Amino acid sequence: MTFLNEQDRIFKNLYGFLGWNLNAAEQRGDWDKTADLIAKGADWMINEIKASGLRGRGGAGFSTGMKWSFIPKDNQQHYLVVNADEGEPGTCKDRDIIRNEPHKIIEGALLAASAIGASVGYIYIRGEFKREADILETAIKEAYDKKLLGKNAAGSGFDFDLYVHRGAGAYICGEETALLESLEGKKGQPRLKPPFPAIKGLYGKPTVINNIETIAVVPTILRRGASWFAGLGAAKSCGTKVFCISGHVNAPCNVEEVMGISLKDLIEKHAGGVRGGWDNLLAVIPGGSSVPVLPKTICDTVVMDFDSLAAVKSGLGTAAVIVMDESTDIVEAIARLSKFYMHESCGQCSPCREGTGWLWRLLTRIQRGDADLKDIDLLEDITHQIEGHTICALGDAAAWPVQGLIRHFKHELIARIEQGGRRLCL
Amino acid sequence: MIKVTIDHKQHTFPKVISIIEACQQVGIQIPHFCYHPKLDIAGNCRMCLVDVEGSRKPIPSCANMIQDGMVIHTMTDHVKKDREGVMEFLLINHPLDCPICDQAGECDLQDQALHYGRDRSRYNEEKRRSVTDKHMGPLISTTMTRCIHCTRCVRFAEDIAGVTDIGAVGRGEHMEITTLEKAIQSEISGNVIDLCPVGALNSKPYQFQGRPWELTHTDTIDVMDALGSHIRVDSRGGQVFRIKPREMEDINEIWLSDKSRFAYDGLLSQRLDKPYVRDDKGMLQPASWDEAFAKVVQQLTATPNHKIAALAGDLVDCESMLLMKRLMHHIGSQHLDCRVDGAYADAQNPASFVFNTSLSDIDTADVCVLVGTNPRWEAPVLNIRLRRGVVSNGMQMFRIGFEHDLTYPVTDLGNDVLLLADILAGKGKAAKALKAAQRPALIIGQSALQSAQGTVILNTCAQIAEKYNLVRDDGWNGFNVLHTSANRVGGLDLEFVPGENGLCASDMIPATHDGRISLMFLLGMDDIAQKISKNTFVVYIGHHGDKGASRADVILPGCAYTEKSAIYVNTEGRSQYAHKAVNPPGDAREDWQIIAELLSRMGHQKQYASIHDVRKDLQKENSEFSENCSFSKRHWDPNMGIKGTLLTEELHPIITNFYMTNVISKYSKIMAQCTQEIAQKNTKGDTQ
Amino acid sequence: MSHSFKFSAENHKKIKQILAKYPKDHPQSAVMPLLDLAQAQNDGWLSREAIAAIAELLQMPVIRVQEVASFYTMYRLQPVGKTVIQVCTTTPCWLRGSDDLMKVCKTKLGIQPGETKNDISLFEVQCLGACVNAPIVQINDAYIEDVNPEAFGRMLDDVIAGKPVKTGSMIGRVSSEPMKGSGS
Repeated sequence: MTFLNEQDRIFKNLYGFLGWNLNAAEQRGDWDKTADLIAKGADWMINEIKASGLRGRGGAGFSTGMKWSFIPKDNQQHYLVVNADEGEPGTCKDRDIIRNEPHKIIEGALLAASAIGASVGYIYIRGEFKREADILETAIKEAYDKKLLGKNAAGSGFDFDLYVHRGAGAYICGEETALLESLEGKKGQPRLKPPFPAIKGLYGKPTVINNIETIAVVPTILRRGASWFAGLGAAKSCGTKVFCISGHVNAPCNVEEVMGISLKDLIEKHAGGVRGGWDNLLAVIPGGSSVPVLPKTICDTVVMDFDSLAAVKSGLGTAAVIVMDESTDIVEAIARLSKFYMHESCGQCSPCREGTGWLWRLLTRIQRGDADLKDIDLLEDITHQIEGHTICALGDAAAWPVQGLIRHFKHELIARIEQGGRRLCL
Repeated sequence: MIKVTIDHKQHTFPKVISIIEACQQVGIQIPHFCYHPKLDIAGNCRMCLVDVEGSRKPIPSCANMIQDGMVIHTMTDHVKKDREGVMEFLLINHPLDCPICDQAGECDLQDQALHYGRDRSRYNEEKRRSVTDKHMGPLISTTMTRCIHCTRCVRFAEDIAGVTDIGAVGRGEHMEITTLEKAIQSEISGNVIDLCPVGALNSKPYQFQGRPWELTHTDTIDVMDALGSHIRVDSRGGQVFRIKPREMEDINEIWLSDKSRFAYDGLLSQRLDKPYVRDDKGMLQPASWDEAFAKVVQQLTATPNHKIAALAGDLVDCESMLLMKRLMHHIGSQHLDCRVDGAYADAQNPASFVFNTSLSDIDTADVCVLVGTNPRWEAPVLNIRLRRGVVSNGMQMFRIGFEHDLTYPVTDLGNDVLLLADILAGKGKAAKALKAAQRPALIIGQSALQSAQGTVILNTCAQIAEKYNLVRDDGWNGFNVLHTSANRVGGLDLEFVPGENGLCASDMIPATHDGRISLMFLLGMDDIAQKISKNTFVVYIGHHGDKGASRADVILPGCAYTEKSAIYVNTEGRSQYAHKAVNPPGDAREDWQIIAELLSRMGHQKQYASIHDVRKDLQKENSEFSENCSFSKRHWDPNMGIKGTLLTEELHPIITNFYMTNVISKYSKIMAQCTQEIAQKNTKGDTQ
Repeated sequence: MSHSFKFSAENHKKIKQILAKYPKDHPQSAVMPLLDLAQAQNDGWLSREAIAAIAELLQMPVIRVQEVASFYTMYRLQPVGKTVIQVCTTTPCWLRGSDDLMKVCKTKLGIQPGETKNDISLFEVQCLGACVNAPIVQINDAYIEDVNPEAFGRMLDDVIAGKPVKTGSMIGRVSSEPMKGSGS
């Protein structure tokens, strides 16, 4: 089994043991000859990022280089928007990157902006991250003071202004077009696509929206080269990734690891193992609350990359691993996620507005045992009525956890109904 | 040409349109709630999903355009299931209160549930939503639990009405439509009732008044302004219960002003239902038709012909005016006029007093100058088009005259008619814009033409039209007069104006005092009635007991616009046939019949036995009356008004309260509520 | 009851800085930061007057500001206590005992979620985004992480007594590193 070599680590201060400020960041290699990278030109940067195989770290896993290349080469105002509206249950990697490695974000934003010709960038950070936003603001101020931002940023000849915009409590603003609406001072309701943001984004101008982790790894990739990054991790899931391991583990943590690490290794090596040992494992949600849950049998062998997890009908998502041991009431665990999606539905599309609440209410009723067996089929049917029928992916995200539950824990649902709400005997 | 396969059949379309439009064009109905052809696309109801080959997910047909080679399926099991799913979701929180819902019977949700829904709901959980009703003013009743959140009303208010008064607050299943407990500050707010696909927003005055299937529908023409909007009058038992717009793309599209829609309760108050004759003691006493006619004939016979005059008010139809003109000519009087407000119009020059551009083309003008007009109040539905012109089509709008928030940006040049001379001299922003324009337009309001300099103003405008090529070889004519009365153009087309040596409207009142006029016919004419000399014998023909009737010596009760078949000519010069929806109250008669009887009693040769006789005569008088609804370009002749030097002068609004501009709206309780809650609040708001 | 609202002079300075972040023709972008400022100035909630003041400042229709204020959960449209306690109950926190924390809150504070007593408001909140430090409780702006019910009970006593509380990890973690001594 390969683990991440220390020399390949990108986030050397993920845990904040070292300083986050500019001096400390420079000592770790940030802001090292940034102007030289910019001097190599937008095409070089875009190609390098394409070649690195970097896929967006926000959950969807779209090729970052491709995304950049969709921006028209014209003289209009372009925008870079960095998505730090972290809110997918299980996920808290961005928080650490912001508070402990803010200069990676700022330098990455400058590089990305120069690649797409954006003179202005906004970092949209979730509202609850007040302290993190303060750190980010201070780091940006440091960068301005050192002329790393603003006119002739970092001596590159490229002008770039970067601002922080705080959210105010809406998971949906992590969806890129909802984020743009929010940034424009509206409700965070996703836009119809097309047009895509690359053509008509913020204020109607071409815009790239990248997850903050994606942006933060850009400088290192450009410095160490596409092939270095592409050489790490799995075939179509290159590089390293910050994993979040929460739930029933002995030592919940965030950790940077190579893609393609096995789930078991990840949990056992970094998170102190499952509470009560691996055999006490019931299930894992491997990529944040949106992706379907996996039972232990699959967890025994599955590896953590986009394709391997898709192959077992789940997903890498945000690489947020939620571990549940045998003591877990899996029905309630998923019902709480359904409640989350109901709470976070923006209300625009009928299936999501009406369906997410239905899922939660029905699931809660099944949990109580106050249901018929045919309600399980109904539950599944509702998920299919939502999935794929909405403007954005929140509908899908609400449907998948429930589908995962039915796929792997139908026996638990049946038992709950047959035993009047009592859990299956362990 | 774009080739598209829809349900296994190939179709070609000349241009890119949405999938839903394409399907509708070939006769395939796609169910929908949020989509509306007149509104921006929201794509949120998800009812119009169709399958498109190559797409993993079903596609909202409203929000996606056809592409060459596209293969669309609208009737697969998959699509059917999708629709059932959306219907089921929408019905979760929709109360099944159809038995007490005014929308029942004409409800999109009801209809689509029947066609596309499951036979029963599988929803067994508690209904979560009971939304408190919102106050949206005197016109719109709300039952917000029925709302399906299509946001049509929100988009209408923002995009069409230009008043950002409606919004959707909250999120997820707690999203609610609200106006924050205010009346919508718009003259066209009632349209949200038509747009609402469910019974959430309904007509407040019509609340619990009837069922759609009990109502008799009569297609007819509105008279509350000069647009001649197409309306449907819904009546039961001889009473008008509601008025709705009919689709007429060239005039009102699908919209209607709140006055046109809601003033109908004014038809029930202060109605003249029998003839009256003033007795020796000066009291009006009920009389038989025969007595009343005899009295009029007696007076007519006794009065020298040159001392008889006639005025036709704002709601008078063409038939009545024609016969009144015949009567006057038969008697031998030249004193007749329909320009009762004193606004100048040159009846001899047919293009000089109409909206030549046509309503349907005005939003394509690239530069437009408003001269003494507030289209938002004078013609709210026209203002929708002007707003579209400015907001969507990039029209530059200038204004000379008084200011008023038109809901779109206007460049104010100032309130002085002298500015017209500046434009003519090529001075200023507007002149520059007109010079560069491809489709320049002027809209001249009655405020400008009512000025003492009306003749010179009109002439100056004609010169501007000439100088800036407002009338072009490609058929564009940007010279427009906006009227406010329903049939002024009809009167002018009929030349219901003073003949040789005849007195015009403004001269007639003084003439009653110096004895030059001693008998006056007032056809639906009220405003100046009190100023007529006590010595003048006044015959009032009309439908409301207002100022005219109270001054009259003989009252001959006529019909309101919903009670007769009649022709009205709108501001474009389009003659339109209105139809009778209900009977007039009591003994009232159709106006043309009253005058025909007088003609007959006065020994007029030609007898008018039916309205067809009158109309045949009308068509002889002016070919404009020959076709229903047609719009024809009028011959342009720049010689109009009187050439002269303009003097500095401020213009004043002719309408001070949008909701009360004629006898019907004046006696409408609904309009009184609007005046109180919307108009007066607005005035207060302006002074903030 | 009418609550008049006017931004303080200091906040007016901040507003200027905020507006400078966005293109001149898009002042509406400043609506969220302004709502945040107004809420902080107005004892933690947004009155109609505050919303109207922002609408006027940004030349936005009041309803559009109201829409925004009602969409995001951090804006409060009703008065709240001086101390606002929010317990995250989404799955990752629940797995690590958020039910116990909620129970402690209800007992100690004597209120249910959504209620206020003694100037302390309690809310149930959805995922706070610090899941590897679960369970999480937010007290005003600060996160309390790795919370255990007993220690949290004592912390609530301090909150009730009006004493300041130590924020951050209750078990001494700096960020989200693995706890020392547990596992490898």
